[in-house]
Amino acid sequence: MTPTRQQRPHVPGARGGRGSGPRGASRAQPDVQVTALSSGSAWHERRESGANVLEIDSLEIEAVASGSAVIDDVSLALRPAEILALVGESGSGKTTVGLSVLGHFRPGLRHGGGTVTLYPSHTDRPAEMTALDDAALRRLRGARVTYIPQDPALSLNPGIRVGEQIREVLDIHNFGASAEERTERVRSVLAEVGLPGDDAYQARYPHQLSGGQQQRIGIAMAFAMYPDVLVLDEPTTGLDVTTQAQVLDTVRDMTVRHQVASLYITHDLAVVSEIADRVAVMLRGRIVEENTTEEVLGSPQHAYTRKLLAAVPDLAGRNRIGETAEPGAPAGSVHEPEAPAGSSAGFAGRPEAGSAAAAVRAAGASAVVLEVSELGLAYGENTVLDGIDLELEAGECTLLLGESGSGKTTLSRSIAGILDSYTGRVCYRGEELAKNTRQRTLDQRKQIQYIFQSPFSSLNPRRTLGQSLAVPLEMSGELNAAGRRDRVKDALDAVRLGRQFYSRRPGDLSGGERQRAAIARALVNMPSVLICDEITSALDVSVQASILALLRTLQEERGLAMLFVTHNIALARHIASRVAVLNKGVLVEAGPVDEVLDTPQHAYTRELLTNVPKL
Amino acid sequence: MAEQTPELQPQSPETRAVLAGDPELTSTDSTASKEAHTGGRNTVLTRFWAQGQAKVGVILTAIVVGLALIGPLLLPWATGYTTTEFAARPFQPDGLFGTDNLGRDVWSRFLGGGLTLLYYAALATALGMVLGLILGMLAAYVGGWLDSLIMRANDVLLAIPQLVFALLAITVLGPQGWVLVLVIGITHAPRIARVARSATLGVISEDYIRAAEMYAMPRSRLLVREIMPNITGPLAVEAGLRLTYSIGSIASLSFLGLGMQPPTADWGLMINENRIALSIQPWGVLLPVAAIAVLTIGTNLIADSLARASASANAGDQS
Repeated sequence: MTPTRQQRPHVPGARGGRGSGPRGASRAQPDVQVTALSSGSAWHERRESGANVLEIDSLEIEAVASGSAVIDDVSLALRPAEILALVGESGSGKTTVGLSVLGHFRPGLRHGGGTVTLYPSHTDRPAEMTALDDAALRRLRGARVTYIPQDPALSLNPGIRVGEQIREVLDIHNFGASAEERTERVRSVLAEVGLPGDDAYQARYPHQLSGGQQQRIGIAMAFAMYPDVLVLDEPTTGLDVTTQAQVLDTVRDMTVRHQVASLYITHDLAVVSEIADRVAVMLRGRIVEENTTEEVLGSPQHAYTRKLLAAVPDLAGRNRIGETAEPGAPAGSVHEPEAPAGSSAGFAGRPEAGSAAAAVRAAGASAVVLEVSELGLAYGENTVLDGIDLELEAGECTLLLGESGSGKTTLSRSIAGILDSYTGRVCYRGEELAKNTRQRTLDQRKQIQYIFQSPFSSLNPRRTLGQSLAVPLEMSGELNAAGRRDRVKDALDAVRLGRQFYSRRPGDLSGGERQRAAIARALVNMPSVLICDEITSALDVSVQASILALLRTLQEERGLAMLFVTHNIALARHIASRVAVLNKGVLVEAGPVDEVLDTPQHAYTRELLTNVPKL
Repeated sequence: MAEQTPELQPQSPETRAVLAGDPELTSTDSTASKEAHTGGRNTVLTRFWAQGQAKVGVILTAIVVGLALIGPLLLPWATGYTTTEFAARPFQPDGLFGTDNLGRDVWSRFLGGGLTLLYYAALATALGMVLGLILGMLAAYVGGWLDSLIMRANDVLLAIPQLVFALLAITVLGPQGWVLVLVIGITHAPRIARVARSATLGVISEDYIRAAEMYAMPRSRLLVREIMPNITGPLAVEAGLRLTYSIGSIASLSFLGLGMQPPTADWGLMINENRIALSIQPWGVLLPVAAIAVLTIGTNLIADSLARASASANAGDQS
């Protein structure tokens, strides 16, 4: 079973076909070994007729240790020039399916049954990806089937120049007839992804490129060999919306231009609506729904798809995410019994809770709880923050919006006193705060609480939740051990984890549960200011929705002043009443949500708003 | 504060609505399935024990340690002699393993001579661990000039060969037990400090350390409660390795006449005393050599298995 060997006789003929294919130079058919056949072969007829390039047929993948199925009866088909989005939340098995297309199973997993059949363009024989030996797989990978991983910064070798890295792919697969031809291909593929192909650019190292450029190098590597099938594993997850829009454009353009069948793995339904032709929704290793993008997003059939859609924050704020799963959901819905009861109770509760917040606002002589003035921070020459003025009012949530590198985490950490090298003033109820949290008074420390971005890093893995959550109380030293235990258990209840989590360790918990525990830690001291630093960015949309709902409730119940830091402008109407936009360390715009979103004054805000992917 | 406490309980109708309409479907499922996939508990200890070499290491170590611990209790009941009693003329084949250079029973001296070596080695390792851990964690956590001071001082100590340093100290202070423990412990400290420092550096950037800082946790408590539990993996490996070296060093020093002094029974000393008669009455050398070799191999295997268990999650399938 080495199809590539039989390919050799075709090589001379193939060379003639280069650039003279039916669709002209853009569909150039390169020639050697695993590169595509000349036009007119059976494969091309197949492609012209729009038949599948890749078929996954009732694939099963199981865990080696327990033998239980991780992927169960998954069937998918990929067609040329079409992007199939594979959507699911973390742990649903979407990456596992994506890697099976490359014939790879991660350690601890093995092929259980079913087939993954590739119809590669270099031969008339289909390749059975799950049955090929390593050598045959290596020949196909990177040439006929390629992969774009999630994090471009991790997937590029930091010690090799980017041009060299693209060339490596061509060298391994013996692209073209000569070194010149490969050099030429590197240049042309760089141009195709919209990067300058000159020698100076090729001589750069990955760290000299931005995240978006790095990811486009990854795309160039994947497209260098004119592949038939492309697997994209959340290629835009770490990127800003503006960069994400560019990368999506590139992927879309390359897929259509080269007639590649793409499998786009993502959890982001908004991205799906921008790029995909068809969508398959995965839940716990099964495909629960597959249809065209319009159908799936417009009229979802499965309850899980509806739940996912309901959890996606939209800019207009039409669906208050996390509030009610699916009002008026037809029978068969996963949460059908609870949903109507929940919604009615939710609406009944709303005015009451709102009035509590109003009462807090009325009670305080001045509603401004926290005031930041002229805050700046610089590391040497590099100014991270410059002249930030910000006010937080009781019972009000301000959304601090900024892309990565805008200084939003630096700002929130300065306010919390974790960073103490800033200049300017942070005042709590009119009193200036010491810069370092250790120098602040006990009461100030209690009143201002900060929640970290990653729930996977913010809780000590070796200590139980009970121990971790009691730390703020121990440090304030007001309660005895029994009192602390009660307070922590109450806080666990308040964040809907339940007190049975008291003696569990973070390792047993999912991301959403950990983040709830982290929120509980911030609540045990009954703070009046809560700073949430991108606390939902590491979480799935449905978990994000429930966390946001929790925060809204807590904020209204307790009249908290909240600073919600995020890069996702779509969250604004779901959580905040005010928005502040941070760009390169400067606050460019601030005001009520509707004002900022409807009539943005600053060019940067307008650019952000146009680049937000919409469902 | 008591009157505020009820606030924490979910009380409003909306709260219940959130509860009801909040299906953490995927999250709870993913943890459940994760446990199912790994099939039972998967801790450092289970991964350790899953390796064949770990079992061999534990058995070898247990044999020698058992011999050394129980040996002294059996004398002179089992062999008929104490460790210092004369049994016959020197280097005679009397008794189970003959007599030594002064005519004492080799078997008795072997049984009685392991304990001091073991507990000196254990004490020296413990001392080195405590010193190294404190220095390493401080260097990493405080950073700056203290880091430089500690680590450069370490480098100076590391430049002096362990045995030469021990020879020097014992020549000055005399061959006593506490000197031996102190010197070996101190020479271990820089190496352990390096491991502790790098492990601490890996932990220190985690957000839970920042969180503890934010809550103004006293720094000593932060080191002990937040950092130390998270660096036990590499430290356990290092402890195993250092124990092996301690055994070797103490045996070497005894052999050189700078450790245990005659007429004490001691494995290292026995090798020195009896080596002149290796060809006619080899047991006086072979027994202690074999015991020390088996012990070091055993502890080394344990340390190695521990390293693998704490490093990889899939060590179990390798063996």
